[in-house]
Amino acid sequence: MERVRPKTIWRFLLPVATLWWREMVRFVRQRHRLLGTLGQPLLFWILLGGGLGGSFRPPGGPEGFSYAEYVYPGMIAMVLLFTAVFATITIIDDRREGFLQAVLVAPISRSRIVCGQALGCTTLAWLQGVLFLLLAPAAGVSLTPFAAVASAAVMFLVAFALTSLGLVIAWRMETIQGFHAIMNLILVPIWLLSGAFFPASGVPVWLQWIMRLDPLTYGVAALRRCLYLENPVLAGEVPPLLPSLALTLVFGVVAFVAAAATARRTAI
Amino acid sequence: MGNPVVEVEGLRYAYRDREALAGVTFAIPRREIFAVLGPNGSGKTTLFKILSTLVPPMSGSVCLFGHDLSREAHRVRHHLGVVFQHPSLDRHLTVLENLVHHGHLHGLWGSALRRRALATLEWLGVGERARDRVGTLSGGLQRRAELAKVLVHRPELLVLDEPSTGLDPGARRDFRAILHRLRDEEQVTILLTTHLIEEAEQCDRVGVLHEGQLVAVGDPETLKASVRGDVVVIHAAHPGVLQTKLRERFGCEAVLVDGALRVEHPSGPDFVRAVAEAFPDEVKSAAFGKPTLDDIFVRMTGRRLWNG
Repeated sequence: MERVRPKTIWRFLLPVATLWWREMVRFVRQRHRLLGTLGQPLLFWILLGGGLGGSFRPPGGPEGFSYAEYVYPGMIAMVLLFTAVFATITIIDDRREGFLQAVLVAPISRSRIVCGQALGCTTLAWLQGVLFLLLAPAAGVSLTPFAAVASAAVMFLVAFALTSLGLVIAWRMETIQGFHAIMNLILVPIWLLSGAFFPASGVPVWLQWIMRLDPLTYGVAALRRCLYLENPVLAGEVPPLLPSLALTLVFGVVAFVAAAATARRTAI
Repeated sequence: MGNPVVEVEGLRYAYRDREALAGVTFAIPRREIFAVLGPNGSGKTTLFKILSTLVPPMSGSVCLFGHDLSREAHRVRHHLGVVFQHPSLDRHLTVLENLVHHGHLHGLWGSALRRRALATLEWLGVGERARDRVGTLSGGLQRRAELAKVLVHRPELLVLDEPSTGLDPGARRDFRAILHRLRDEEQVTILLTTHLIEEAEQCDRVGVLHEGQLVAVGDPETLKASVRGDVVVIHAAHPGVLQTKLRERFGCEAVLVDGALRVEHPSGPDFVRAVAEAFPDEVKSAAFGKPTLDDIFVRMTGRRLWNG
């Protein structure tokens, strides 16, 4: 007898791995997606850094600390957010084109389906975030290898949380237009208020509170802390590394569980 | 013969504002091709969704291979192949990649899976296109590739939703031949939904679905034999008036469907002649033919199946 079915552990991982692999292949074959998700943050960064650099100096930063450098981790967060969002939109396409239905009638649980989707979209977001990380010298950030690895690890965690959040929304949506509306209403403010764009110090107290409640705040803070591992002063007045990491992990787990629950409840 | 592969009993399903299935009961033995024939809105799609395990039944019971779908859908899925109305292939992947992906989802892997996928494509005559992207295939070939994908995990029961949609007559015929080969060579049991009479007539048995109820179940020949003789269709200037006159003169009950009168009669030619002679000014045209499943549908529901 020919061996067609793998051993138990692989049998568990195989469907997750194949869903992940499909996301990779699709991405490679749709190159315009790379342009869209990397191009926009790059353009934003250049325009914001140049435009606001003259009139805005981040509080707490030393002499010569530019706005372009301040906003750089925020732009990485934007790359992660946008890629995660664009990737999760494929779920809506999959449903409309009928691909998802075929996956749903396969003998695997919906949590495993969501796991495969989340890991696929996370990897795409993370890879593009890493590409953006290569621009650190241009931002004036001098990265040590250890800081680069730590930053990349944090980026994976943030990407996973954002992707899972995107999946919670995408599984409920029947149209891409609906997804865009929700994205503008929820995801963009989450990014704007995460400390990516302006620091929490110096804003009104009510806004400070909203920023504290924003789960992405801690992802961006952890990223700042890792980028400046050798020189913590430059990270500015953001929450410390370990609590930020812990809260980002909680964000990721909660978002994933919510995505899996949404998938289980959704009738196709 | 063994136990039936599909056993549906008293199946009901309601959406918020309407009942889609109102107590459906039928069974399908192994190696049978069973067609669920009905117009749009008859409940076909809901029945398909339940049998494909996408939607759990609301009340009544559905057993596939002896497993109750409300509790054990996961145990059924290894043996079930589902072909959706719209192709579920990823257009950005090649045909082979789609099949391998599907195999992985069903827990198959390795070179054995690839060989099986290629053999299935060969069997269905799409082997040469294995390495082409799905988006470059014609509609007919995509249907075959879709079927090949579903067959990779060797299902024992195949459930298809309107498999002929979007296919030209030639491709339709080919597809039908493939289903018969699956039944004969691979012992596969097949359930398909359709609104096409000629498609249903090629199946072993037909269930006629109307407003969520099966109004007739049987093999096409037996069903058609339940209509006596011929079916005569008469077009008249005033069909309502002629209906009454036919009753008075010939004692027969003509049914008014889509503006035409339909009468079942042991001898079509004699009846056409008699009507034409009796009411030369009223009758615009009269024709007779052997009964089809459409006539069964008319008899059961008072409506035509398909206003084509």
